[in-house]
Amino acid sequence: MLGFLGSRLLQSLLVLLAASFITFTLVFLLPADPARMVAGPSASVQTVTSIRHEMGLDRPFLGQYGAYLGRLVQGDLGRSYKQNTPVSTLLASRIGPTLQLMLGAIALELLIGLPLGIWAALSRGRWPDTVVMGLAFLGAAAPQFWLALSLVYLLAYRFNLFPLGGYGGLSHLFLPALTLGIGGAGWYARMMRSQLLEVLSQDYIRTARAKGQTARGVLIGHALRNATLPIATMIGLDIGTFMGGVVVVESVFGWPGLGRLVWDAIRVIDIPIIVGVVIFSAFVITLSNLLADFVQPLIDPRVRYR
Amino acid sequence: MTVTLNAPARPKSRNRTLTRFRRNPAAIVGLVVCLLIVLAALAAPWLAPHDPDFQFPEGLTLEGAPQPPGGLYPLGTDLLGRDLLSRLIWGARASLTVGFVANGAAVLLGVLIGALGALTRGWVGTAIMRFTDVMLAFPVLLLAIALTAILKPSLWIVALVIALINWVPIARVVYSEVASLREREFVEAAGAVGAGAGRILTRHILPHLIPTALVWGSLGVGTTVLLEATLSFLGVGVQPPTPSWGGVINESQSYLTTAPWLVLAPGAAILLTSLGFNLLGEGLRDALDPKGGR
Amino acid sequence: MNRYLMVGITLALSTFTLAQAAPTRGGSVTVSYKDDVTTLDPAVGYDIQNWGIEKMVFDGLLDYEVGTTKLTPRLATAMPKVSSDGKTYTFTLRPGVKFHNGREVVASDVVYSLTRVLDPKTKSPGQSFYTSIAGAQAFVDGKAKTVSGLKAVGKYGVTVALEAPNAAFLNIMAMNFAFVVPKEAVAAANGDFGHKPLGTGPFKLTSWPSGQQLVFERNPSYYLPSLPYLDKVTIKVGLDPSVAFLSLTRGEVDILGDGIPPAQFLQVVKDPKYKASIFSQTTVNTSYMSLNTGVGPLKDLRVRQAINMAINKTKVLRIINGRGALAKGYLPPLMPGYDASEVGYKYDPAAAKALLAKAGFAGGFDTVLYTTSTDPNPRIAQSLQQDLAAVGIRASIKSQAQSTVTEAAGTKNTAPLVWSGGMAWTQDFPDPSDFFWPILSCKSAVQGGYNWPFYCDKALDARAARADQLVAPAQQVARLKEYASIFAALNKQAPWVPIYHEVRYMMKSERLVADSSLLNDPIHNIDYERLSVSK
Repeated sequence: MLGFLGSRLLQSLLVLLAASFITFTLVFLLPADPARMVAGPSASVQTVTSIRHEMGLDRPFLGQYGAYLGRLVQGDLGRSYKQNTPVSTLLASRIGPTLQLMLGAIALELLIGLPLGIWAALSRGRWPDTVVMGLAFLGAAAPQFWLALSLVYLLAYRFNLFPLGGYGGLSHLFLPALTLGIGGAGWYARMMRSQLLEVLSQDYIRTARAKGQTARGVLIGHALRNATLPIATMIGLDIGTFMGGVVVVESVFGWPGLGRLVWDAIRVIDIPIIVGVVIFSAFVITLSNLLADFVQPLIDPRVRYR
Repeated sequence: MTVTLNAPARPKSRNRTLTRFRRNPAAIVGLVVCLLIVLAALAAPWLAPHDPDFQFPEGLTLEGAPQPPGGLYPLGTDLLGRDLLSRLIWGARASLTVGFVANGAAVLLGVLIGALGALTRGWVGTAIMRFTDVMLAFPVLLLAIALTAILKPSLWIVALVIALINWVPIARVVYSEVASLREREFVEAAGAVGAGAGRILTRHILPHLIPTALVWGSLGVGTTVLLEATLSFLGVGVQPPTPSWGGVINESQSYLTTAPWLVLAPGAAILLTSLGFNLLGEGLRDALDPKGGR
Repeated sequence: MNRYLMVGITLALSTFTLAQAAPTRGGSVTVSYKDDVTTLDPAVGYDIQNWGIEKMVFDGLLDYEVGTTKLTPRLATAMPKVSSDGKTYTFTLRPGVKFHNGREVVASDVVYSLTRVLDPKTKSPGQSFYTSIAGAQAFVDGKAKTVSGLKAVGKYGVTVALEAPNAAFLNIMAMNFAFVVPKEAVAAANGDFGHKPLGTGPFKLTSWPSGQQLVFERNPSYYLPSLPYLDKVTIKVGLDPSVAFLSLTRGEVDILGDGIPPAQFLQVVKDPKYKASIFSQTTVNTSYMSLNTGVGPLKDLRVRQAINMAINKTKVLRIINGRGALAKGYLPPLMPGYDASEVGYKYDPAAAKALLAKAGFAGGFDTVLYTTSTDPNPRIAQSLQQDLAAVGIRASIKSQAQSTVTEAAGTKNTAPLVWSGGMAWTQDFPDPSDFFWPILSCKSAVQGGYNWPFYCDKALDARAARADQLVAPAQQVARLKEYASIFAALNKQAPWVPIYHEVRYMMKSERLVADSSLLNDPIHNIDYERLSVSK
C-alpha cells in the first residue's frame, strides 16, 4: 500500500513536470512581446529593450524554464507581467470563489441528478423516465456558454429571480453553479437510474420483497450505497472538467475566480499567470485523481490498490 | 463523462444489432437529426435564402440595429445586416467539418496509440500510457484556448487542436480493451503460432475495435461540435467572416437582451447537433453491446 | 498613448449649470468596470481606467483645471519658473502636505518619484517621456547613479533641467507618471506598490479583493479642505457592461465606467427618462486602418489612395450606432492643430477601381487585414473587407488578441492592413506632436513601434523637430500651423485610412450629481474627487 502510494506520487510528480514543460513551451511560442505589453504603446524601443532585459526575456528558452522550475520548487510562480503582483498571491485570492463555484456545482449535480435518477428508475418506461432521460441528454449536449447566457436572459433578466452576475452570496452562486453542474447532473441521473434498476432486479431484493420488506427507502438506500463509488470517482473527474468550464462560466457571470483570472491573462498574454494557473490546475487534477485512487478501495473493498 | 465498453460485439450478431438499433426510438431520433443536419450542410448553397457573407444595406436599420425575425430574413439579421438563417445553414459546414475531421483524427490517433500502448511491452508502452496520463491531467479547455491563441486561429487549426486533445480518452478506453483482449486465448494462440505484433494488431485486435471506433466516432462529433463552438465563442476559433455557430454567438452575445434571436438560434443549432450525435452514439453502443454501458 | 486612455476635450455638448448649489459632502457611489484594475502604481498604470483612479490616491505637482486642458498647480504652490533659455523649471512645493502615512512631502520625494519612473527596474511605460531631462539617458543606461537634471533645493524647492527646450514638457509633468510617491511605502510594498498604493491624494484605498472591487475612503486630512465631496467610492470590477447597465437602472451602480453598452445604446438614447443621465463627448482619438507602405501593392501610392476612396466610412459609423465622428484627416477635431478645411478622400468605389487599374491591379490582389478579436472590431473589419472586395481587393481577416495584433503590426513587412479599433491612437496630452512622433515618424518606424504603416519621411521628421523648438507663447500659432501642414502632407501620402473619431457616451444614476466635465474629464476621464450625491 505504501509502495502503491509512493509510485503514484512519483508518477504524479512526473506528470506535473511534463505539464509545466509543455505549458511553458507553448506560451514561449506565443507571437507576442510581453516587454512591449508591459511598456505600453508610447514607450520607446530603448525602454522596451531595458524592460525585456529586466524581465529576463532575452535569455534562451531552457535558461528561462530552468529558472522558472527553480523558483517553482520554492513555491514561487513569478510575478504577473501586467500587475507585477506575485502569481501565488493572485491564485490564493481567486481559489476561494472558484472552490465555492465547484462545490456549488457538485452539490447541485447531486441534488438534481440523484432524485431525478431515482424517480426515473421507479417509473421505468413511463413518461417521467423519458423526460428525465431526455433532460439528461439535453444537459450533456447544451453548450455551457449558451446555457449561461440563456439562464441570465431568462431567470435573471426576464423574471428577475437572480442577480445578473457578480460575486456575492448564495443567490449570486446559483446560476453559475447550475451552468457548471447541469451536464454532470444528467450524468448522475443516468448513473443513479441504472444503479437502482440493477438493485431492483437482483435476487436478494426479490427475496427481501418476498419477506415483505418492500419499503422503497430500503431499496433506494441500497442503490445509493452502490452508487458511492461511481460518485466518488466522478467527483474526482468533475474537478478536472470544471477547471476548463470555469473559464467560460466565470467570464460570463463575472465571477472572480481562477477561470476569469486566466482568461483575462490569456487576452493580454500575461504569461506568468497563464502558466501558473495551468500548472496549478494540473496539480489539482492530479491530486484529485490520486485521492480517487486512494479512496476507492476504502469505499469498495473489491477495488484493490494496483 | 466516462464511457466504458466491455465485450465488443461479434460480427455474426450484425442482424441482431440492427434490430436492436431500430427498436430504440432515441437512436432513431438521433440518426434522423444527424442526417438532416448533414444534408443541410451539404445542400447549403441551395437551401440558404441569401449569401451568408453579404452585408445587406437594408439588413440594418438606419441607426445600425439588426432586423428582427420575419419577412425577407426568416431568422432576422445579424449585427452586420447579414441573413442569420443563411449563416446558420452555412455554419453547419464549419461545425460538421471540424466535427468529422477533428473527431476522425482523434479516433484514429486514440485507437492506434491505445492499441500500441497495450500491445507493446516494456518502456515504450509505459511511456505512451504515461504520456496520456500527462494529457489527462491537463485542463482541456484551457489547453485548447492557449493553443488556438498561439497558432493563428483558422478552421483547420481548430480541428487540429481538438484532435490533439480528444484522442486521449479514446486511447485510454482502447488501451483497457486491448489489454483485456490480449489476455484472451485467441491472441495468445495467435502469439503461439508465431504471428508478429503487427499481424496480431490488424487481424485480431483491430476488427474488435470497430464498434468502439463507431461509438466514439459518433459521440465524439457531439463533443467536438461543442468544443469548436466554445472556442469560436471565446473568439479563438473559426475566423470571420466564415459563418460558425459559436462565432455568431460571440459576435452578438452582448445583444442578448435587445436581440435575443442572435444568441438563441445558433445555440439551438449547436444543441441539436450535439444532441443528435450523442443519441446516435448511445444508440449505437446499446445496439452493439447490450450489456455494456451503464 | 495607450488606446484605453481615451481622454478627450469636453465638447460644449452639455450645458454648464452654473446656478448649481454647493455640492453635498458625504455619501458614497459605486462605479462599474468590466476589466479588473491592473495596477494603481502611477509610474506603471497607463490606461483609461487606472488613470483616473490613481488620481484619487496621488497628486502631482501640476494638474488641469476642472474639465479643461489648462494647466494649474496642485502640489506646487504656483506654476514653475522657467529659465530664459527655456531649459530649466523651478517648482516650489506646498508646505505641510502629508502622505497617508502621516509624513510630510518634501522636495526629495519629487526627485525620487521622477527618478523611479526613469529606473528600468520600475518597468514604467512612461519612461521615455522623461528622458529629455538632463542626465536621464545616462541614468537609464546605468552610466550614472542619479539624474543630474533633477535637484532638490532646500525642503520645498525642485529644479528640473532639460537637455533641450520642449514645448510639451509641462504637460508631461502633469501626467500620472510624475505623481509623488513616498519611498518608504514603495519599499514596504516589496514590488507590489501597484496593489498597495499610498500617496497624498483625496482618497485612501482601504480594501481590494482581487477581481471583485476596490474601496476608497475619504482622506480626512486632505490639504485641500473642500475636497473630496464623497466619503466613499467603490469600484466594482468584472461586471459585463450590459449587466452593469441593468444594475444602474436598478440603482445598484452610479456610473458605467465602460460607457453605455452598444447593445442597449439605441434604446437608452431614445428613452426620455435617461436624457439627463447621459453625457456624450468626442474623444481626442482617431480610429484608422493602417496601410503597410513596405508590403507588395501597398508600396504604390496610387493603391493606398484607391483604398482610401474604397472605404465606406458611413457604413462603419452605422455599425457602431453612430458613436463616432467621420474622420477626414488624421488629427481629431479637438486636438490643437486640427484643420477643419481638410477634405480627405471621398467614398468613390468607381474612382478607386480606376486608380487601381492604373496602378496595374485591375484584377485586384490578395492581402490580409488584422483586427483585435473584441467586439465590435471584427465586425468593422468585415465591413472594411466587403468594401475592399467591391474594388477587387481580396482581404482575409485575422482576428486575434490585441497583443498578438500589435506584435504583428509592429514587425516590418508583416501586417499589410491593420484595423486599429480597440487600439486606436488617443492623445497622451493635448499637443499634436503626440500624434506624430509615436505613430507616424521615422523614429517610430521600428520593430515593436506603433508606426504600423512603417511610413518614414525624413523631411517631415525634420519639420516636426523644428516645430517642437518653438516654445515661446507667441510662436504657438505658427507651430500649430506647421503641424497642420505636416498632417495634410501625410494624408496625401495615405499611410492610413482615417475612419472616425470616437464619441463616448457616459451614463450616471439619478442620485449622482455630476455634469459632463466630471464624467468626461479630458484628462482623467472621471473626476472622482468632485463627484457628489444628492441628499
